[in-house]
Parts: sequence; structure tokens; C-alpha cells
Amino acid sequence: MTEPILKLEGLKKYFESTSGGIFNKKKGIVKAVDGIDLEIMPGETVGLVGESGCGKTTVGRTVLKLYEPTEGTITFNGQDITHLSAHEMKPLRAQMQMIFQDPYASLNPRHTVGTLIGATFEIQGITPEGGVKHEVERLMERVGLNPEHVNRYPHEFSGGQRQRIGVARAIALKPKLIVADEPVSALDVSIQAQVVNLLDDLQEEFNLSYLFVAHDLSVVQHISDRVVVMYLGKIMEDANKHDLFRAPRHPYTKALLSAVPVPDPKKSRTREKIILQGDLPSPMNPPAGCVFNTRCWKVQEQCRVEVPPLIQIGNGHRLACHFPEPA
Amino acid sequence: MSQPFLEVKNLTVSFPTEDGLVRASNDISFTVARGETLAVVGESGSGKSVTSLAVMGLHDRRSAQISGQAILHLENGPIDTISAPVDVVRKLRGKSMAMIFQDPMSALHPYYTIGDQISEAWRLYNDGDKKAGIKRATEMLDLVGIPGAAKRVLEYPHQFSGGMRQRVMIAMALVNNPSLLIADEPTTALDVTVQSQILELLKNMQKEFNMAVILITHDLGVVAEVADRVSVMYAGKIVEQAGIDDIYYQPDHPYTIGLLNSIPRVDQLEGRRLIAIPGQPPSLISLPAGCSFRSRCSFASQVPNNLCASAVPDLDEKIGGHFSRCHLTEEQLKKARVSTGAQL
Repeated sequence: MTEPILKLEGLKKYFESTSGGIFNKKKGIVKAVDGIDLEIMPGETVGLVGESGCGKTTVGRTVLKLYEPTEGTITFNGQDITHLSAHEMKPLRAQMQMIFQDPYASLNPRHTVGTLIGATFEIQGITPEGGVKHEVERLMERVGLNPEHVNRYPHEFSGGQRQRIGVARAIALKPKLIVADEPVSALDVSIQAQVVNLLDDLQEEFNLSYLFVAHDLSVVQHISDRVVVMYLGKIMEDANKHDLFRAPRHPYTKALLSAVPVPDPKKSRTREKIILQGDLPSPMNPPAGCVFNTRCWKVQEQCRVEVPPLIQIGNGHRLACHFPEPA
Repeated sequence: MSQPFLEVKNLTVSFPTEDGLVRASNDISFTVARGETLAVVGESGSGKSVTSLAVMGLHDRRSAQISGQAILHLENGPIDTISAPVDVVRKLRGKSMAMIFQDPMSALHPYYTIGDQISEAWRLYNDGDKKAGIKRATEMLDLVGIPGAAKRVLEYPHQFSGGMRQRVMIAMALVNNPSLLIADEPTTALDVTVQSQILELLKNMQKEFNMAVILITHDLGVVAEVADRVSVMYAGKIVEQAGIDDIYYQPDHPYTIGLLNSIPRVDQLEGRRLIAIPGQPPSLISLPAGCSFRSRCSFASQVPNNLCASAVPDLDEKIGGHFSRCHLTEEQLKKARVSTGAQL
């Protein structure tokens, strides 16, 4: 049995919310991530989905230690990295990289593409075979950019091309894990497919693991091996994509999937939709019992008092619900 | 087919810039009838928003060069919103035609209560006092499904969630019972669960008020759910226009085919590789000669005499009500569809 590349145990990340102003009074604690257990195997793509505010982005950032975890452990490639300092993390950063959502905000406008991609080598003190310049050009070519544009600045590129620069930078050091936070949601439909295909190809080439954070279930379904559904900082369901998309067991997963519009008019006329009422409750004051109970259409008294544990129901399928849908 | 409510004829909007003339929307013609939803689909920069802003008369006439017509068939006769005087068009806005924008936070004023903002347009056309306005606003909030309307009408935009704000926008647009509603990416900023609430609401409101609706979006899933007819735009032009089923099951333009092939679908689990459209849209300042889509089109080589590079194809009616702007014949197209390995 191979070891997981990433293992999260009881991961929590709380943020203190303050009122701002001169007194800066404490208003409460936002439980953005509230006890997550998750494993990612080498070469596996795990999709992390949920509505805005469910904590999916916070998970991605805490995994890379961009946020200090409040509780729990993060094990990367067999090593406990939970309490490593920024300095101790540095050599590990070569193996874990991130692709950001906004290709406009994530590239320094004052640097050329060559500098932006080359910086990864400089920071890690690595000289790639054939020199930095040669390697940068090779990477540009690999992600579908013209290597002649190495001296251009980010503003000279379109959104899709900028995202390719972000991808080139992430794969430069041949990492084992890439956290991709909404990597295609800022792109136009016809460009999205180009970047999704690129991510697919790179995974095969480098045996990469992806933690793919996104709200677009169609894209997640396409790219993932396994999909984890989050709601208010907790995992509701986790299964391989076939099980999850064919027979979702958690009412929330079912509602979420039924809400995704299908580009097929005949199907969407006949498809049964579950329309959830209301919005996500505030993560500062989550409901007692099951966090989903305020919007669930199957809610019973038990759900309002007792938190359903996340349990294995076979075939690697995990579920946190007192009254799951039939298989 | 019923009499159209809005008739757009040869609408062209260009903006002079230092680098040259940007022809943002180019020779656009379409109609929408009451009770009908027309979806306008395209990527950023394809001209879908520019077109609808022109219909609403919202371009600054000093900086935008607009030609063509956008005729509203009102009860007391037709009015062309392009050529009519500015103050005439102003009196149609918010009354006969209304618009919903993508980002409800920036479209609402943070300093005024929701009630004031909803009733503003109503009080303009009905001489009611402030109290009557708030009463009307409460009715509207109730109608768009905001619980506790009487209390919430006195609250400010920041006290509402994204989905609730979009409901407020809808209430605001519908307060004078308009005949035409233009919704510009109304659900793009929302989560899927909230998106389906808002789409449902829009459908119900359309029935209730018998409105003509123009839905501007890039999401082909949303289109499939609500539209009756679809206009696909590319680089400022309509490239294909047809009934909803024709667009999805018999697409005629290579761009439409490309779009449908490039989107992942939640209802297709077997990992088919996405067929991406190569390249990117051309700059609107220096459009290539001939067909604007030519450089990204995988079928252009099948058209004899390099016609795609020299002549701009016309928007021809292929079969009843199905228009496409392409040089390929139906026969060539059938072959082409199969050769891409498409599922269509």
C-alpha cells in the first residue's frame, strides 16, 4: 500500500473576528475549517467543493501552511509539517505548489515572464540542467506559451496565457502536490478547456497530486478522481467521483448536484431539481447538531441536537448524515 | 409567432479610441416577444453587454457611435431607443424596460435603504409619497421571496447576502411592471444553489408579468434551463441564432459546436477529453478580413478558394428560424461535425 502524499488529521483553522476600529473588540470566532480528515494519494486528484464560505479555500491554504493551523496535523510525504517554521518549510515548498484563481493579481506586473518563472529556481538555490534561461523557455513551451515571449510583461498576455504562466511557475520545481484554487473560474469557456487539458496532461507526465478547489462541479467532475463536499467547515461526503455523482448519499450533495445546470435543454426540462431554501448560515454561529440542518429537507429532531460523525460506508466512501439517501 | 416587443435592426456600436475604432457590436439584429426569453451567449468582449446597454440607451452618446434601430413596440406606438431624444428614452427606462446587473453589490447604493432604492423608480412614475413607496417596496420584496419583507425593507444592502441582494435587484427592476427585462449575467456571482433559486424566480416573474426577457450569459447550462431562443455572439457579431433545441442538438456554426464540445458536463461521467477551441478571440480594433472566427476554426480549410479569409459570411437562414454566419454548406458541416469526434 502506498503512503498518501498528504494526510490531514482533525485539521482546524479558526479566525478571530474583530470589530475593527480603535477598540478592536473581539466579535467571535469564525470556524472556517472545523475538523477535517483527508488523504491524497500520489497521482490522485481530489476535488474540494462547496458553496462560498464553506472553508474550501482555507483548507487549501492551510495545507501549504500559508495559514497556521489552529489544531490537528498535516503530514506531507510522511513528514509532520504542522509546526514547521517558515524557514523549515522552504525546502519543502519545492514539492508543494499553488495555482491561484486570479491570473491578474497573482503575477507581479513589474517582472517579465522569464523573471517570474525563473524566480522559483533562484529562491530554492537550484540551477536546473542547461541553466535557468533554457529551463524557463522549456517550461514556457511545455505549457503552450511561445518561448520567444520570455521578456514580455504579464499585461501583454491574455487571461488564459497568464494562467499558463502560473502553471509553468507551479511545475517548475517538479512538485509532488499542487493546490489549485479555482484555477479556471476566471477564464472564458473556450479558454477553460485549454487549461483543464493542460493540467490533465501535466498530471500524467509528472505523476502530480492535485487538491483542486473549485465551486464549478462540472469542472471538478471532469478533472477529479475523488470529490470531497464541504459545508460550513466540515466534510459532508467524500467518495470517488463515480459514486458521488451517480449516487450521492448526503442530502446536501444531492441538492448541490441537482442545482448544477446541464447544457442539455431536453434533460433540464425533465430533470428533478432540489431547490435549497435560504443561504449558508454564518460560520461564526453555526447551527447546533448537523450544520446542514437549517436547509435540509429531510431534517429530523435528531439532526438538530446530534452532530453526525463522518463514517466509512465502504469503498472509501465517507458520509456524515443521520438519514442518508438510499444507495 | 406573436408580435415582437423589441425589434433590434442592424445595431452597431463603436467606440473611438487612441488605437483605433473598436467595433464592439456589429450589425446586430434580433427580436424578442413578450413571454419569450432570448439568451445572448458569448465570451468576454463578444459584445453582448454593449448591445444590451445600447438598447437601454445607457451609452454616452458623446463617446459611443451608435447606428441602427432598437424599436420597442409599446401600446401607444413604436419608439426607437437609439434615435429617440435622451429624455424620452429616460422615461422608458425603469418603466417599460429594466435591467439587472451581474454584481448586485456594486449596483446597489450602500447609503440608502433597500426600500428607498426599490421605490425610487416607482415614485417617479406614480405620484405616491414616501410611505406609499415603502408599502410598494414591501410588496415587491414579498413577491421576490424575501422573508420578513416589512422589516427588511428598512435595512441596508450590506445586511443582505449575495442571493438576497440579487432578489432586491429583481424587485427593483420589476417595480413598474416592465415589458422588457434585460438580465446581464444575473447569476454569475452566485453559488449554484442560490443560482437555481434566482433562475426559478426569474422564470416565475416572467410568467407573472408576461415580460420579454433578454438573458446575457456565458453559461450554456443556464441557457439550456431558461431560454426559448439563443443568439451566439463572437467578436461583435451574431454568428448563430436559433431555437433552443436547434442550438444544442443541431448547431450550425463551428464556434457554437466548439463551445459545446469544450465544456465539461456534470451529467457525463466517462472521462472524455475536452475538445478545446485553440487560440483566443481577435482584437476588436483590428479584426481579420473575412470571418472573424477563421483563425480558430478547424473547418475553415474545407471551404474552397480560401473564401473564409476573403469574405465575411452572411447570417443566412439555413432552415426555418435557424440562422448561421458560416461559409460551410450543410453537407460539409455534417461531415465536419463527425470529424471532430463530437458528441453532437
